[in-house]
Amino acid sequence: MSGGSGKNLNLKLKVWRQKGPKDSGAFVEYDAPKVSEDSSFLEMLDQINDRLVLKNEEPISFDHDCREGICGSCGFMINGNAHGPMKNTTVCQLHMRNFKDGETILMEPWRATAFPVIKDLMVDRSAFDRIISAGGYISVDTGNAADANATPIPKPDADAAFSAATCIGCGACVASCKNASAMLFTSAKVSHLALLPQGKVERHERVDHMVAQMDAEGFGACTSTGTCSASCPKGISLANIAMMNRELLASAVMKREAAAGDGI
Amino acid sequence: MASILDSKIPGGPIESKWQNHKFDMKLVNPANKRKHTVIVVGTGLAGASAAASLGELGYKVKSFCVHESPRRAHSVAAQGGINAAKNYKNDGDSVYRLFYDTVKGGDFRAREANVFRLAQVSTQIIDHCVAQGVPLAREYGGLLSNRSFGGAQVSRTFYARGQTGQQLLLGAYSAMMRQVDKKQVDLYARREMLDLVVVNGKARGIIVRNLLTGAIESHEADAVVLATGGYSNVFFLSTNAMACAVTAGWKAHKRGAFFANPCFTQIHPTCIPVSGELQSKLTLMSESLRNDGRVWVPKEKGDKRHPSQIPDDERDYYLERVYPSFGNLAPRDVASRQAKYAVDSGRGVGPTGVAVYLDFRDAIARLGKPAIAEKYGNLFEMYEKITGENPYEIPMRMYPAPHYTMGGLWVDYDLQSTIPGLFVAGEANFSDHGANRLGASALMQGLADGYFVIPNTISNYIASTKIEPVATTNDAFKAAEDAVKTQIVRMMMIKGNRTVDSFHKELGRIMWDECGMGRSDAGLKKALELIPKLKDEFWNNVKITGEANYVNPELEKAGRVADFIELGELMCRDALERKESCGGHFREEYQNDGEAKRDDENFCHVAAWEYNGDKKPQTRHKEELTFENVHLATRSYK
Ligand SMILES: Cc1cc2nc3c(=O)[nH]c(=O)nc-3n(C[C@H](O)[C@H](O)[C@H](O)COP(=O)(O)OP(=O)(O)OC[C@H]3O[C@@H](n4cnc5c(N)ncnc54)[C@H](O)[C@@H]3O)c2cc1C
Ligand code: FES
Repeated sequence: MSGGSGKNLNLKLKVWRQKGPKDSGAFVEYDAPKVSEDSSFLEMLDQINDRLVLKNEEPISFDHDCREGICGSCGFMINGNAHGPMKNTTVCQLHMRNFKDGETILMEPWRATAFPVIKDLMVDRSAFDRIISAGGYISVDTGNAADANATPIPKPDADAAFSAATCIGCGACVASCKNASAMLFTSAKVSHLALLPQGKVERHERVDHMVAQMDAEGFGACTSTGTCSASCPKGISLANIAMMNRELLASAVMKREAAAGDGI
Repeated sequence: MASILDSKIPGGPIESKWQNHKFDMKLVNPANKRKHTVIVVGTGLAGASAAASLGELGYKVKSFCVHESPRRAHSVAAQGGINAAKNYKNDGDSVYRLFYDTVKGGDFRAREANVFRLAQVSTQIIDHCVAQGVPLAREYGGLLSNRSFGGAQVSRTFYARGQTGQQLLLGAYSAMMRQVDKKQVDLYARREMLDLVVVNGKARGIIVRNLLTGAIESHEADAVVLATGGYSNVFFLSTNAMACAVTAGWKAHKRGAFFANPCFTQIHPTCIPVSGELQSKLTLMSESLRNDGRVWVPKEKGDKRHPSQIPDDERDYYLERVYPSFGNLAPRDVASRQAKYAVDSGRGVGPTGVAVYLDFRDAIARLGKPAIAEKYGNLFEMYEKITGENPYEIPMRMYPAPHYTMGGLWVDYDLQSTIPGLFVAGEANFSDHGANRLGASALMQGLADGYFVIPNTISNYIASTKIEPVATTNDAFKAAEDAVKTQIVRMMMIKGNRTVDSFHKELGRIMWDECGMGRSDAGLKKALELIPKLKDEFWNNVKITGEANYVNPELEKAGRVADFIELGELMCRDALERKESCGGHFREEYQNDGEAKRDDENFCHVAAWEYNGDKKPQTRHKEELTFENVHLATRSYK
């Protein structure tokens, strides 16, 4: 019954190895014998890395931390899919029971101009931090708040805001988009805050600044193919992109009206 | 001998200590604030909230984290919730009750005044987080929702589905990023603090390794805040994220900060059991599950039947049996110990026999599957991903795992360590939870420290201390940089035969066996023989490949493991010296029928250890604890 099959798999890995940001990289093949079906994908890599170290080689670098699908550190392409074959699952939550004996697994880093490769499967996603710092917040200093229940928030709004806020910032949306667009990431934060009464005051500047920063970072345009949402481990909805477009439009209209008003 | 530890608890009645103290504290005038720099190491709830608030006040803040982004700090993983004495449920909660529950829950080994302040500011935390847009769970009427957590009989826990930590952290992170945008906070990500710099007796800076380039950098400031999290990873397998380490705190300890109650660790009762040798970490299942799940094992030893085949009268719902008034919501230390007894008695379940059931059958029958899915859906999914079993149909299998560390750097009421100018916030300090932390209280404490305590006490320190200018060219910086570089070169040169992880796992096994849920004189002495040998072997036989001048995760881990080994030894000494059982510290010799037997006569104190250099063992100092409000009593949940 419970607690795993105890079965082992013999796999081949083709892994992107790249020493540093300025080096060129290449795929290298490794044998991965006797991988337990119950281990996680990253534990399988730990095992390979242990062997590499003992053979005086450098282990494969990849970002990871919580190993429970919440910190957003992990993420790379597995057989062409961001985070691998399972829906709503980060690499760290992916278990080897989802692979077949004898399979070859191809692993490469997120590919996007705005996410330069640091080493092997690690990329630099600090562009996301800069998008947030451009406006992804509500301007309230510590100590200013009214009682938390002073403003009731209808549950549907609160739930929708929460769903948008569950983005873990892993970058799978960018990596899976043929244009390397960051619309899903940016729009999730825009919607989260615009849906809440506290967030409405700054909604126009927020969306303008965040989108300007997103463009400045070199992310591509959105052509509404939807692969971002399909590959998102948290299932962030495309509705957020629609909402962000409405927010942008509303902001543009506001600006136009303000300009017209000035002219009177 | 008078204690050299001055906790600086303000006078007056407990309700007004914090208020009065805030009024008595000196202020820095707004124009002067920007001339002062504060280093904040760590961007979890404690660090991000401190950096944001200090930035808002006008200080120049330098924020450091080992992560790629501040948002990835380990606080992000907290699931269950955050306590606050709002009494929105009108169920009898109050600041006083939260204070009382926390002191009692900590088995009377925390400082009353600190705990009271924590309970007082808890309500402001919720207000502030909601104002920031943190989407806490709400009822249909639009008001905030609450649930109950272990060790309390009121519903005071606020939550955001199973992602409370993530949502609170994103709130603090956004607030901090807003200050980054305003150029109040400079962000230094992927930097690991490897030493503290003390100049003329005051903390004046840190040495960090840039994890991308390997460069060793010096940073100076007028004060340093460590908010670097807990050290459960000393056990190798724990619920903590992989990068959680004691290194920052340990280096500060070696520079003069006392380490308090290192043996006070929390073993969380509901974690997914270990499944194999290659396992790298353990996954917590939120304590909130015990609101509806019932814990049981078969009454008979070695009963290998499928759980659905075991009728009710052949099941032992042992928490409900032993603790009728708290039942499945008994506090963590108590629930973990009972799980251990069940397994030790041969009644454990699952393939390894090292697990107990957490069963939702009755809750699903009572409330329906959709209601259970609404409350716990994501936790059930997480469980299924890991184990391949569906908890709507088969009871979850659970076993305790290391989770949280109540011990940490000693701090006074102002959260200042024994090194002037070094402040410690969040899980990294020893503070408020005594010998056992109640669920949903760590998030509360981290944010209390960062948003509401540190900004006040740092201002007071800066306003009342003569802080001379210092540059990173100062000898103390040079010496610390050299020490860091020497250690790195030394580790890289060993080129031995064992991986870093193999040492970490061996240490973890020693700690789990001898300094885990049960501790004994003989076991601790054995550990104290094994650990120095392990340390010796580490420094002669560890193998690190690659180079030190670029990304090298093996080198990073090696530094952390070296510090864990030293900490492990101190934990065992602390556990050996504390000849009583209290909270999570269970000395097998001191018990009443399996319940912890405290010794208030001899051990009603904090043990704070002073470092004496490599050659001499640490000295144990005492801070006596007095209980003027909650009377010392045997803790009972029966
Ligand atoms: C799985 C899990 C679930 C939990 N659930 C709950 C819950 O429901 N409710 C609750 O109240 N508590 C919960 N806890 C406990 C709680 O999450 C933590 O105690 C708390 O979040 C710690 O916050 P912190 O800010 O002190 O540290 P952390 O969030 O751990 O942050 C530490 C920071 O320090 C940085 N850092 C560390 N070392 C260095 C260094 N040497 N140099 C530079 N930077 C460094 C890290 O990068 C990070 O930014 C849970 C814990 C776990 C493990
Ligand atoms: S390691 Fe945290 S999400 Fe995968």
